[in-house]
Amino acid sequence: MYVAHLSLVDFRSYPQVELPLDPGVTTFVGPNGQGKTNLVEAIGYLATLGSHRVAQDAPLVRVDAERAIVRASISATDQTARPSLVEVEITPGKANRARLNRSPVNRAREILGVVRTVLFAPEDLSLVKGDPGERRRYLDELLVARAPRYAGVRSDYERVLKQRNALLKSAGTAARSTRGSGGPDLQTLDIWDAHLARAGAELLAARLELVDAIRPLVAKAYQSVAGSEASPAPADARLDYKSSMGPDVTLTPDREHLADALTQAMSELRRDEIDRGVSLVGPHRDDLVLSLGPLPARGYASQGESWSLALALRLASFDLLRSLGSDPVLVLDDVFAELDTSRRERLAELVGTAEQVLVTAAVADDVPERLDGARIDVLGNDLRRVA
Amino acid sequence: MYEGVVQGLIDELGRLPGVGPKSAQRIAFHILAADPDDVHRLATALTEVKEKIRFCTVCGNVAEAEQCQICRDPRRDPAIVCVVEESKDVVAIERTREFRGRYHVLGGAISPIEGIGPDELRVKELMTRIADGTITELIIATDPNLEGEATATYLARLVQPMGLRVTRLASGLPVGGDLEYADEVTLGRAFEGRRQLDV
Repeated sequence: MYVAHLSLVDFRSYPQVELPLDPGVTTFVGPNGQGKTNLVEAIGYLATLGSHRVAQDAPLVRVDAERAIVRASISATDQTARPSLVEVEITPGKANRARLNRSPVNRAREILGVVRTVLFAPEDLSLVKGDPGERRRYLDELLVARAPRYAGVRSDYERVLKQRNALLKSAGTAARSTRGSGGPDLQTLDIWDAHLARAGAELLAARLELVDAIRPLVAKAYQSVAGSEASPAPADARLDYKSSMGPDVTLTPDREHLADALTQAMSELRRDEIDRGVSLVGPHRDDLVLSLGPLPARGYASQGESWSLALALRLASFDLLRSLGSDPVLVLDDVFAELDTSRRERLAELVGTAEQVLVTAAVADDVPERLDGARIDVLGNDLRRVA
Repeated sequence: MYEGVVQGLIDELGRLPGVGPKSAQRIAFHILAADPDDVHRLATALTEVKEKIRFCTVCGNVAEAEQCQICRDPRRDPAIVCVVEESKDVVAIERTREFRGRYHVLGGAISPIEGIGPDELRVKELMTRIADGTITELIIATDPNLEGEATATYLARLVQPMGLRVTRLASGLPVGGDLEYADEVTLGRAFEGRRQLDV
């Protein structure tokens, strides 16, 4: 698929933009702070209903404006298919409203899957070096891109978790004030345990299946990015899902087994959970452990190795989504400036075959020549196509 | 900001559910322009509803007397009780004209985030009603969302040992709808709750 047209109203720095795009490579060039990333961020928003840069929606809306609108026309690879028109209206503090082919949908998340993107950004380094939360987000976003119904599974889980945490917190307060008698709140904890186990098992099973699917893709991509003529050959990149239930639980994507294991783990930890007022087991506390050879990447990998691994994770996403039938839109946001020449070249080689590649760069020379295509100079709200 | 009283009215209206600041302003100016008699009737209706309406001592539904109309109606089957979250759910079920039993209004659903546990709901009253043995079936008709399901599970576990039949309203496809438009969760539930066709 490719984005054939992007329109923005009051999104970030742009009061209004109409931007036609072509398949193939398009590079946005301009000095810092001119709004290059805002353009690709908008496309990413349609794909994930979130920004890769901020967790809240407020910064996405232009100062003084009430709401922002992002609209895109998406052409399928198959030219005979009719292009889809997706539109989302972002109003901070309220639910987003979305429209698909001009008709409103009940829930914004129904548009997920219409646009699929894989986005490379300087922030990707935190996939390797950052907290487990970054890696969970990576898995969950890919899960939703692959099968949009998981957006619902994920939000159901988050809702159960919120309710259960609220209960644990009040139970903890009650237990402390009545000197350990448990308090009246505990009578419903079993029920929330059951709901958390069911929703958690669903999410966990999906993540495990996903990790199995991308494991060989990541290993292969890592060899391609890090492999150079220089010896010794790069170590093997490995992925292991680490569950908060501890190493004794066998992790197979069997939902019933996982739900039982979660229930068991919760009953063992009940006292701790009440003391601390939070849920201590479940997919929200899991991690994806990345290793290079025998060593964990986090804390041991060099800067260069970390970058190669981060790129490998994104390339694996691309390969996985591509295998579903149509190429996702590939976005390279300011990444070339972060990479050395050999990694730049290899990344360019690997992504060059994608149906549409959108690149942002402050300096045009950072972009490898191989990624030759259209160029748009971005200067404030002025977008100028360079012949 | 408008002058004192007008702004006061807008603020009050803005606190109503589903009314935002803009709608509140529109309603306020509508009231200002309206016939004084109409406004008076509205004001009386508002005060009266607070003064006259009470909650039924048996089921918790809104009532003008000690007991609501349904609890006073001898034709209604006292052996079957349908448990709902709010009075407005009673009205919704009454519209079907299918159900001839009685109701029990919980006054909400279990939601720790909002600080609502079983003690904040009319659960104790329900247990008292069950205790005298006239009720043989409990139909749980809480909302089919997370909080409603949690409430249903809680009630089922609580009531099961007392030896009465506990049922839950079915979830699934809307009547007259198209299968292709159903979301995955609903469709999944419809599969779970499928029935044998009796020919």
